[in-house]
Amino acid sequence: MTRLLPYSLMCAGLFGLWLLLNQSLAPGHILLGGLIAMAGGWALTRVELPAAHVRRLTAILHLSGLVVADIVRSNIAVLRIILGVAGHQRRSGFVDIPLELRNPYGLAALACIITSTPGTLWVDFDAARGVLTIHVLDLIDDEEWRCTVKGRYEKLLLEIFA
Amino acid sequence: MTETAELPAWVAALTALLLLLGAVVTLVGAVGLLRLRSFYERVHAPTLGTTLGTAAIALASMICFSALEGRPVLHALLIVVFITITTPVSLMILVRAASLRDKAEGKLQAPGADSPA
Repeated sequence: MTRLLPYSLMCAGLFGLWLLLNQSLAPGHILLGGLIAMAGGWALTRVELPAAHVRRLTAILHLSGLVVADIVRSNIAVLRIILGVAGHQRRSGFVDIPLELRNPYGLAALACIITSTPGTLWVDFDAARGVLTIHVLDLIDDEEWRCTVKGRYEKLLLEIFA
Repeated sequence: MTETAELPAWVAALTALLLLLGAVVTLVGAVGLLRLRSFYERVHAPTLGTTLGTAAIALASMICFSALEGRPVLHALLIVVFITITTPVSLMILVRAASLRDKAEGKLQAPGADSPA
């Protein structure tokens, strides 16, 4: 299976992308999409990307739910800060977070989560020390952010990309 | 504008509401880009537009065209997916360039050193 269809997740993604773009479930498009997905998978073997193994669908759904809720909540928080109705003295700064996560896809997912939630920004990841640096717009407590990233996101990402 | 007449009122209202929400959130993000103090604070602001702003406008598009054509029209979803995947790349490049320069100029010891920038 892996030889016939390398990077099966990426292939499935390409297939879905093709059908969505063409907005069709006609047999012709399914066939064409399948061919494109297979060609894409084979092309990726040339790049020699590390293989991604994703497990625990429930963890993925749980994480997606958390992230959507956090995005809406932090949008509102940043909205209030910009409009000047946050009502307290604000301080922004950097927070160092030691991570256990080493999987490149897991880290990429974490980068998407952190930049997608307004108010937090991915600054740097020191791969040698395994320390992530983020910038927080409304920094009240460093420790609180460490707990949020580690407890809320990293734990689930470790489960997904175990 | 013959097509809008066929749109049920509640769909039109929902679409308008979501469009307005997305536009307002994006506008506030743009205002934040002007108003916030330091570079690191300013780069936070546009992410309002790339998250909730884009999502609301894409949702409005999906609802409106699904109602007009009487079938699910979901390809606007791809806009949200690709913006979510690509935003971190450009933001990271900007921020790392800034922190590299600040470190070289000695304004910043190292990102993460306990002094607030």
